[in-house]
Amino acid sequence: MIPRLFLDGDLADLLAKAEAGERLTFDDGVRLFRSDDLPALGWAAHRARERRHGNVAWYLKNRHINYSNICKYDCMFCSFYRKEGQEGAWLWTVEQVLEHVAPFKDSGLSEFHIVGGVHPTLPFDYYTGMIRALKREHPTVAVKAFTAIEISYFAELHGLSIRDTLVALQEAGLDMIPGGGAEVFADRVRYKVCREKADADRWFEVHETAHSLGIPSNATLLYGHIETLEERVDHLLRLRDLQDRTHGLLSYIPLAYHPDFNRLAKLGAPSGIDALKNVAVGRLLLDNVPHIKAYWIMLGVKTAQVALSFGADDLDGTVTWERIYHMAGAATPEGLTEERLREIIREAGREPVERDAFYNRVTRRREPVPA
Amino acid sequence: MERDLLDRAYDKAAAHERLGPEEGVALLERGDLHLLMSLAHRRRTFLHPEPVVTYIVERNINYTNACVTYCRFCAFYRRPGHAESYVLSHEQIGRKIEELLEVGGIQILLQGGHHPDLPLSWYEEMLRFIKANYPVHVHGFSAPEIEHIAGVERLPVRDVLLRLRDAGLGTLPGAGGEMLVDRVRDVIAPLKTTTRAWLDVHRTAHGIGMRSTATMMFGHEETRAERIEHFDLVRALQDDTRGFTAFILWTFQPENTAMWRYPKLESHEYLRTAAVARLYLDNVANLQASWVTQGARIAEITLRAGVNDMGSTMLEENVVSAAGTTYAMNAEEIERSIRMCGFLPRRRNVFYEEVAA
Repeated sequence: MIPRLFLDGDLADLLAKAEAGERLTFDDGVRLFRSDDLPALGWAAHRARERRHGNVAWYLKNRHINYSNICKYDCMFCSFYRKEGQEGAWLWTVEQVLEHVAPFKDSGLSEFHIVGGVHPTLPFDYYTGMIRALKREHPTVAVKAFTAIEISYFAELHGLSIRDTLVALQEAGLDMIPGGGAEVFADRVRYKVCREKADADRWFEVHETAHSLGIPSNATLLYGHIETLEERVDHLLRLRDLQDRTHGLLSYIPLAYHPDFNRLAKLGAPSGIDALKNVAVGRLLLDNVPHIKAYWIMLGVKTAQVALSFGADDLDGTVTWERIYHMAGAATPEGLTEERLREIIREAGREPVERDAFYNRVTRRREPVPA
Repeated sequence: MERDLLDRAYDKAAAHERLGPEEGVALLERGDLHLLMSLAHRRRTFLHPEPVVTYIVERNINYTNACVTYCRFCAFYRRPGHAESYVLSHEQIGRKIEELLEVGGIQILLQGGHHPDLPLSWYEEMLRFIKANYPVHVHGFSAPEIEHIAGVERLPVRDVLLRLRDAGLGTLPGAGGEMLVDRVRDVIAPLKTTTRAWLDVHRTAHGIGMRSTATMMFGHEETRAERIEHFDLVRALQDDTRGFTAFILWTFQPENTAMWRYPKLESHEYLRTAAVARLYLDNVANLQASWVTQGARIAEITLRAGVNDMGSTMLEENVVSAAGTTYAMNAEEIERSIRMCGFLPRRRNVFYEEVAA
């Protein structure tokens, strides 16, 4: 039942629509973003997350592998990339990738999250070789690797179709595709901030093809720079259309633009209220996507925790060593212990549940916490 | 039955009626976060109909870190004689004030440890030096410092306050309130001012016409009911004196303290507690965000959860940062935050009167 307080507000009709399980429209989405009634929006999104997940908040044990920051492109919002030979550029060999994660062998990791720059010249077998080597050493860890932008460029560079590229990666052991590179789908925005990289159609081609091969994926939105609210809603509805066709998206992750050390720095960071709105509107519009992730690395631990009451059901993982957002000034720690993640979730009144990469519940014996 | 209590509390809060302690506890323990935020924002809008959020350009000056009170939650103090203990000279204090004046500041928050050897005349000289040389308002000396100085001098609190006021003290900050529950104080700060004494210092200050703020540091030993007990004491004193200008609450930062084992609260409980503070403290006009412990992003969210003031620019912060938390905001960043959230920024003085930016 909608609380009386919210029936007086400007979102009352949309709350009723969401409660009735009706699909929200483009105009509804824009109204949700424009509204100042943050608690009402949060309430509705929280109801939607409760219907799907009850009180559960998911997290996982994962490690990031940012194998290289060398990138063919010059996206204006990015603080991570360097050009080949430039100071601060790195490229790991497959052996170095293995060394990086060797300490975590048999530690119960569920996932490697592998994202790099778009390296201009690496041979395709570097990527397939990396996945094969990781699978050989860590057979139980899921490999979630390479954004649609990276995959699109592998295909372009090596004269392959998207499908053949994905089939080869899948044969090497690719389990899942991360949601990055989506940025904002609108051509106007991409032209201004990342005109060289794959466009929206290409991003969708990669994800739709992956889904057809049984490879699930995530989707992101990079908000808080030059995009309009209408462009955010357009972005979400394009994802909803894809999901209607394929049902291959596991989670949606709104990413806050981080302003340090890049060419959009003068814009400053978006507000905490905007962070919660993006989570909540994502939950309400994407009625066919199972999970909404409050990615603590990006949002900060505190905002991510509050987002667990604004539609998010997942905090991502323990991570350790994350470069893309930390090079853009993220003040978050580079890793959290599992126990700390569970405490943060409990403070928010939710039940922490460990998941694997595919959102299956992981059950293992828990050691008592040392006093 | 329990449900009835919570519903009654929601209804009373929505009708701007005074909440009883059991209703406060029900809201804090079982209230829905969204409803608490919404009710608190309604109350804030009722008290402050203009879409304005205030802040002050102020700097912290901690004149000494030498302290003989040894609070277990504190990472700032050093024992007198410790290699890292210090007492600021007039020259050092003057330089800090000049930095404040350069950025357009109007007020200093002057606080320190409980130094065992400094007489009242030392504090008077410091204040006279400041007032003779700089056009700043001095918001200084927490109730425990006042009580400590009174103890050193064996003078009544009232006499100490009068002499400090004559020397230039303007208003009293609410620090040292921590939790106004003696059970909790006995655990976290056994040598510090009792609840009664903290309240008496503020009552006495209000009695001589000196305004003050009230604070609460939570997220450690206390129960939720004890937070309401704290609110209740502040509200009762305010009914008598109307001397508090604002209430400020923040979460305990455990790093580098003797209480490091307490799990650190992040922001969910902070938002709930801030919202209930706004509803319960119906006679305290202003509620401040604690960006210093919560960061800018959560401070922005509190602007839709009952908060109408972004606090101070601080310029330097030594106490919370000693406990491992280092957020910073200057006037420009504070104004940007306020605007992004749909409010107009307004610079204020300690009495919440508008001042030129």
